[in-house]
Amino acid sequence: MTVVKMKTTEPKKGDKEVAPAPKVTRPVPAAAVTAALPAPVSHVTRLLAMGLGWIVPPALGLLVFVLAWAQISTLSGLPGPVSTWASATQLFADPFYQKGPNDQGIGWNVLQSLARVGMGFGLAALVGIPFGFLIGRFTFLSRMSSPIISLLRPVSPLAWLPIGLFVFKEAQPAAIWVIFISSIWPMIINTAVGVTRVPQDYLNVARVLRLNEWKVFTKILFPAVLPYMLTGVRLSIGVAWLVIVAAEMLTGGVGLGFWVWDEWNNLNVEHIIIAIFVVGIVGLLLEQMLVLVAKRFEYQG
Amino acid sequence: MEQRYVLLENVQKVFDTRSGRFVALRDVNLTIRQGEFVSIIGHSGCGKSTLLNLISGLTDSSGGVLVCAGREISGPGPDRSVVFQNHSLLPWMTCFENVYLAVERVFSAKEGKADLQRRTHEALALVGLEPAAHKYPHEISGGMKQRVGIARALSMQPKVLLLDEPLGALDALTRAHLQDEILRIVAATGCTTIMVTHDVDEAVLLSDRIVMMTNGPAATIGQILDVELPRPRVRLKLADDPVYNRCRSEVLKFLYERQNRPAENAA
Repeated sequence: MTVVKMKTTEPKKGDKEVAPAPKVTRPVPAAAVTAALPAPVSHVTRLLAMGLGWIVPPALGLLVFVLAWAQISTLSGLPGPVSTWASATQLFADPFYQKGPNDQGIGWNVLQSLARVGMGFGLAALVGIPFGFLIGRFTFLSRMSSPIISLLRPVSPLAWLPIGLFVFKEAQPAAIWVIFISSIWPMIINTAVGVTRVPQDYLNVARVLRLNEWKVFTKILFPAVLPYMLTGVRLSIGVAWLVIVAAEMLTGGVGLGFWVWDEWNNLNVEHIIIAIFVVGIVGLLLEQMLVLVAKRFEYQG
Repeated sequence: MEQRYVLLENVQKVFDTRSGRFVALRDVNLTIRQGEFVSIIGHSGCGKSTLLNLISGLTDSSGGVLVCAGREISGPGPDRSVVFQNHSLLPWMTCFENVYLAVERVFSAKEGKADLQRRTHEALALVGLEPAAHKYPHEISGGMKQRVGIARALSMQPKVLLLDEPLGALDALTRAHLQDEILRIVAATGCTTIMVTHDVDEAVLLSDRIVMMTNGPAATIGQILDVELPRPRVRLKLADDPVYNRCRSEVLKFLYERQNRPAENAA
């Protein structure tokens, strides 16, 4: 903050004047300024008020949700919050038990689903991001691939499952294939858009310096595109997590989707509701993780 | 000192636009001595930036001959380094890294890492920014950014330094301060410099010659004015200098009498 001020503090002494930067470090008494302000409301109260503004509305929202759920459960016969909570405490007491291939703890199911998503999403990133760079950099390639992308992108993820089953003859790779094909599009598109939005000024710098292609990529293109790319990654991982439950319902094996279906067959509706919460919470965590990563790589122009 | 260091002969630039051919520049003839400081001034849209881009090689000419230091200009290169109007520092690199990128590109074939770092520090010291070397562009003021841009351009030891309205985006005080800095740096390095500007005082203060452009389309050089002020020049002393004021009024007359503002012509 103090740095910005230096424009006005720059002394104008003439030719020999050197960096005015030492002035920058002069401790401008920011703390003193706030202390000098008349403060009828104490600091603590202000913080408290601010905190309440961030805590009360979401808490209220959750409360309304739980009450509505309880009301609906009494009308429809669905398990209510209380019985679901009781069931959940039991379930999470031993999340990693193993009693044969079809009866494993919730922890194993979550981990298996995450592994599938990781595989499918990882492959999609490996293919999609470089492809995005290519079609962003070369207009010809972009025009060539744009009809195919527009055609395939809106296809429902599960429509790809039979193709996967036919090609791979097995459920596991077919599920990964579905994740791959449905999560690849946001990464391709966002990366490509990012490349076309690299400011011409930066590319002019590269041209004046006559940097080679590799330097252009590592020093200019990649850092400039990174924020766009990470947005693509975030959207992709969201899609992948969205699709996993449906894919696993159809392909079976250990995983959240299979578990939901299995519990439906057991008519254990509490567990289905728990599964919905687990899917939601894990998805939220994945998203927040990537938001944090993206923040780390944000730059200010 | 070479008399015909930068040479433009019958240079023209035509853009193919959707509404047909647009002649931006025609019949531009100019020779620049080695070590000379030349300003190009004119109303907006007169093609002065286009002319600079032709010399930098960022834009290809549509006809004519462009020569720099005995070699025809074809494409951009570090021998004609550019300071862009909006500084164009890479925001993900510190000031040091921004300059180092240029230094490394030009000198890494012959010099080791220590020498490259020394050159980078020297360039930053020349513009008085050594203490801010490890700050990122968003952490420093607009004037400081532009100084880093100048440091980057000079660090390549260019044959010609091209300044594209380098101070256009700065406030008046910072601009005056940086003009003094440029005076000092140019005196210290003796680099041949071509600057695009629309500030009359800036042009007179800094230049050996002022190239005045006619209004576009099909703009060309209308008049060239020699600024016969001795160097070193000191801003405050020049205010009452008759030569300074004569040059100043000559440029103003050209701009506002002979080449009235395009907007007023249209009205």
